[in-house]
Amino acid sequence: MLREVRFRDDKDFSGCSIFGMMNVRGERFNGEPMITAIANMKERSNGLGGGFAAYGIYPQYAELYCFHMMYDDRGAREETEEFFKSRFDVEGAEVIPTRPCEGVDDPPLLWRYFLRPRESLVCSEREADDFVVQAVMHINVRIEGAFVFSSGKNMGVFKGVGFPEDIGRFFRLEDYEGYTWVAHGRFPTNTQGWWGGAHPFNILDWSVVHNGEISSYGINRRYLEMFGYICTLHTDTEVIAYGVDLLLRKHGLTVEDMARVFAAPLWTEIDRMPPREREVHTALRQTYGSLLLNGPFSIIISNRSQMIGLTDRIRLRPLVAGRSGEFMYISSEEAPIHLVDDGLQETWIPQGGEPIIAELAEKMEEIETKGAEVISLPASDSA
Amino acid sequence: MIGRLEGLKSYLLPQFLIDRDDYRCIRCEVCARQCAFEVHWYDEEEDAVFADESKCVGCLRCATLCPTNALVVRHNPTQHPPNANWTREVLQNIYKQSETGGVLLTGMGCDTDYPIYWDRIVLDASQVTNPSIDPLREPMELRTYLGAKPDALKVGRKGGKPSLETRITPQLKLETPIMFSAISYGAISYNACESLARAAAEAGTYYNTGEGGLHRNLYKYGEHTICQVASGRFGVHADYLEVAAALEIKIGQGAKPGIGGHLPGEKVSAEISRTRMIPKGTDALSPAPHHDIYSIEDLAQLIYALKEATHWSKPVSVKIAAVHNSAAIASGMVRAGADIIVLDGIRGGTGAAPTMIRDNVGIPIELALAAVDDRLRQEGIRNRASIVVAGGIRSSADVVKAIALGADAVYIGTAALVALGCHVCQKCYTGKCNWGIATQDPYLSKRLNPEVGARRLVNLLRAWSHEIMEMLGGMGINAIESLRGNRLRLRGVGLTREELDILGIKHAGA
Ligand code: SF4
Ligand code: SF4
Repeated sequence: MLREVRFRDDKDFSGCSIFGMMNVRGERFNGEPMITAIANMKERSNGLGGGFAAYGIYPQYAELYCFHMMYDDRGAREETEEFFKSRFDVEGAEVIPTRPCEGVDDPPLLWRYFLRPRESLVCSEREADDFVVQAVMHINVRIEGAFVFSSGKNMGVFKGVGFPEDIGRFFRLEDYEGYTWVAHGRFPTNTQGWWGGAHPFNILDWSVVHNGEISSYGINRRYLEMFGYICTLHTDTEVIAYGVDLLLRKHGLTVEDMARVFAAPLWTEIDRMPPREREVHTALRQTYGSLLLNGPFSIIISNRSQMIGLTDRIRLRPLVAGRSGEFMYISSEEAPIHLVDDGLQETWIPQGGEPIIAELAEKMEEIETKGAEVISLPASDSA
Repeated sequence: MIGRLEGLKSYLLPQFLIDRDDYRCIRCEVCARQCAFEVHWYDEEEDAVFADESKCVGCLRCATLCPTNALVVRHNPTQHPPNANWTREVLQNIYKQSETGGVLLTGMGCDTDYPIYWDRIVLDASQVTNPSIDPLREPMELRTYLGAKPDALKVGRKGGKPSLETRITPQLKLETPIMFSAISYGAISYNACESLARAAAEAGTYYNTGEGGLHRNLYKYGEHTICQVASGRFGVHADYLEVAAALEIKIGQGAKPGIGGHLPGEKVSAEISRTRMIPKGTDALSPAPHHDIYSIEDLAQLIYALKEATHWSKPVSVKIAAVHNSAAIASGMVRAGADIIVLDGIRGGTGAAPTMIRDNVGIPIELALAAVDDRLRQEGIRNRASIVVAGGIRSSADVVKAIALGADAVYIGTAALVALGCHVCQKCYTGKCNWGIATQDPYLSKRLNPEVGARRLVNLLRAWSHEIMEMLGGMGINAIESLRGNRLRLRGVGLTREELDILGIKHAGA
């Protein structure tokens, strides 16, 4: 479905299921348990959207930015590829493999690209990230019919219109192996099926899946626009993804501090803190009040080394965490965790606004150089 | 051949008629004693109370205090020949001017029928997809900080604990996003000033001295006082700057953009002369511009001079009247170093202003606010200053709409005076306010007890704050910062495409 024929509501309104699973030793597993888990929460989706983000799936291209793209038509693809060629060295370009699947109709053109920012255009790593963000904004805003699913390294987002388990099979997720996976099933009330509107939302390495509706969306968006993020999708989740990028990558806050921005402690709590902490929390709220996420939400934010669960500060949406040896789980409900893991050691429910942070035990670089088995990629036909 | 016509019958019709129910009237003479305009008098011989209606300003002091409700003050229904062009107001103004040769004077804010956009904007509420929040059961936060905010924060770690590395410039902390507007001692009585000061301190907000300096007795409320520095520099000295919580440079005022002020010598009593630092009985004339600010860089100099003079310990605000190019002007003000910018709309009140200026110069605050907030965002400098709007905020709903359009807080002036008893008769410039507010006559001003006045003001703020919480909760929001600039929660009703575009909102139903 084309973007123009979407309803012109302020934003999407939806309820959802979310599920995240991480192997903290960085050992990779395929998408099968994710499909099982998210299918178990079918009540929470209505067939209008499902998706997955997987980390560690392209170890042989770990240095390159991987763009997962959707196109409405060939023209959009050609225009985007022209754009890529003008700014990046294109090291790989191919169709994302899919299989026909009942319940998944009219897929758009789905492609992936492995890109290196042209050396003459960027100097530093940091600059490269900004360069990629600008490229994403450019494509989403300027190129009619093209949309970036994901733009991180050694990761990718697979999403579309349908129940999440069908989307998972459609994308052959059993063929991919990653060490962190997140999944999302959607119950939107006002979106026509548009593939780009499904979760996860991604920018660079950051992906967000989200259950809830953000009543502060209007100001969150206007605030991010000041920093050059253009929200094209009218979803709360998009503002969370950009907010994460701004706070963590650009402003260098820690995950804990970011959680304090999104789900700020109440002033009455801040007033009771010891002086130095009070100063920090007061300053966070003063500075980033426009990024406070108000209204009910539970989210899983992930990057290459972390998976973070968070609910709104008065906990209006469910979230439960679980641990079992090397595996960490974050989920809307407890049942699917048990379903995929017999040996579950503990589960707990976090306080509103208190982040659950699952982190890889080792540094990412070490895991990436281990380089486990490689998924073979068909030769590109357009690079 | 110019001169006031004395001793001739005036062509002016009385604005009000007074009906006295003689059966109810007990001849207590309350009305005669209460009316400073000397409308009522008791005639012993006839044992009856009479009224000279030509002097009545319609302040309703008499009707309100009459113990038997014997008085009805009503608008004079006498019709001028019907004419949409030559209306009653137009004709009466001309008669008045042809009798006096003077500039038409008035008080309070513009009363003509320009659109009131607040009344054309409706609010949103949560249904189904998002729960509304009950403020009686859940926390609901209105606390607001005014002042420049950094674009980004640097938080370091010391001994495993977070510690702040960015220096936050001084902020004003408001427990509710409502402050009392600048009203000078001189324009209003000492008791009115004290009422405002005490109420601000009790409610955890601020009041503003206006350009009349600060009476020594009120220094104890300094932590809740914004001291103004205006073109006349009345009462500005080291202690005055030192005692304030924030300083405000007044460039303009919504009721009279582009012109100065004039406090007539009769009002300059010994106390006022001491506070303003001018000789007793002399006129206090505020020049139209600041004569050391002829351009934006001069404003920057004054801002930094004030910051320097107060050791960079307090925010500096700059107040302008909302005019055509407010957005560009505001952007300049922020770049010149203002921590807070105040926009005063065409409805903004005054103690005295030429009627033609008050009613014809300036723009509605809603449009100015939307334009300024947009511009500062487009330029990426919205964080660098807070926006406060003044001029025509009448209710908590107006406050909510202003904040959703982009304001950090509002100033209320007229509404605060109404809480003190003002009936908006617009005769403040006469100095005879029967409610003890806009007067320096001790006989009148003692009618306003500062203790009671402060209670009335605190009650008003409390009531409005509760209503704001209800509206926020209804929208599924539990902190005011999530409403600020959140224009998606607003819709216009009966507005043109252009108006909607300027306000940055959609039409209801869309
Ligand atoms: S001026 Fe006020 S007090 Fe005097 S008669 Fe008129 S309404 Fe009554
Ligand atoms: S302050 Fe007094 S004189 Fe001025 S409008 Fe109010 S009641 Fe009338």
